[in-house]
Amino acid sequence: METQAIFERLKEKFGDAVAELQSEGFRPAFVVVAPDGLPGIARFLRDDPATKFDSLMSLSGVDYKDKFAVAYHLHSLAMRHAIGIKVFLPRENPSLPSVDAVWPAANFMEREAFDLYGIDFTGSKDLRRILLPEDWVGHPLRKDYKYPDFYHGIKV
Amino acid sequence: MSTDPAHGGAAPPPAPAAPFGPEAHVMVGNADMFINWARKSSLWYLLFATACCGIELMQTGASRYDLDRFGAVFRATPRQSDLMIVAGTITHKMAERVIRLYEQMPEPKYVLSMGSCANTGGPFYKDSYCVVKGVDLLIPVDVYVPGCPPRPEALIDGILKLQKIIEQKRNFAAKKA
Repeated sequence: METQAIFERLKEKFGDAVAELQSEGFRPAFVVVAPDGLPGIARFLRDDPATKFDSLMSLSGVDYKDKFAVAYHLHSLAMRHAIGIKVFLPRENPSLPSVDAVWPAANFMEREAFDLYGIDFTGSKDLRRILLPEDWVGHPLRKDYKYPDFYHGIKV
Repeated sequence: MSTDPAHGGAAPPPAPAAPFGPEAHVMVGNADMFINWARKSSLWYLLFATACCGIELMQTGASRYDLDRFGAVFRATPRQSDLMIVAGTITHKMAERVIRLYEQMPEPKYVLSMGSCANTGGPFYKDSYCVVKGVDLLIPVDVYVPGCPPRPEALIDGILKLQKIIEQKRNFAAKKA
């Protein structure tokens, strides 16, 4: 299925929760969706016989300085097509529903985005830091992150 | 015919000089020399690799470069190790494990810092929040081996340098008057 067709199918089904299609410069194109509509859209994309997105290839956090984004790359092994889903989040208290009930692989990637960007995935099975130590302060991939001088008495 | 000179026999040929080296039955030397010889000839190193330097460490221990010929074999526990080869990047999360492993090693213990990351932080020296800028911030280091990663020849050179350091150790300090 072409990305334009998938976008129109989502638009028809979910209405205002689907904002736009970013096809310029992205391959596969990104469908921008609202945070609240994400779990329904994710489940629909996985279960719909026309899309069958059975694989979450990657989940990335993005810092645009004025806002955050979470980008999902989906691929269908059955249908041989791919699409991106993007969710924009406010700078203060970035939060969106977890999709690890839809794709269990999302859990580790959500933990990474939480660890490095401080994005809160509500309803996650297990949201902890995954790369950095448990007692680390701050989220290092944020553009406004300030390096600590010392960690446990060792110079950073 | 008697071979005893006292009874008119021919003198026996003189006994050959005792061979020097591993074949010798008797070795004469001071205790320091003997202890250092034993220590440098059985440098058991800890099986501890955190990054790509570990691949070169494995290669050095394998048959082509064969670190075993210097008496260095790997041990899987710090309690049986004399030498810690810090092969790879040390992150702050790993730092306390490195210190704990070092503290678990029995004396005398030595540390060889292998590669740029363990020496100084290497490519992560600038703009890294998570990498320790040199393992010597955590534990004392005897030998630094540069390289990214060092070739097996370089690591073997580092081991030989460490053996030279061990040779010069004085185990029995002179008594102070």
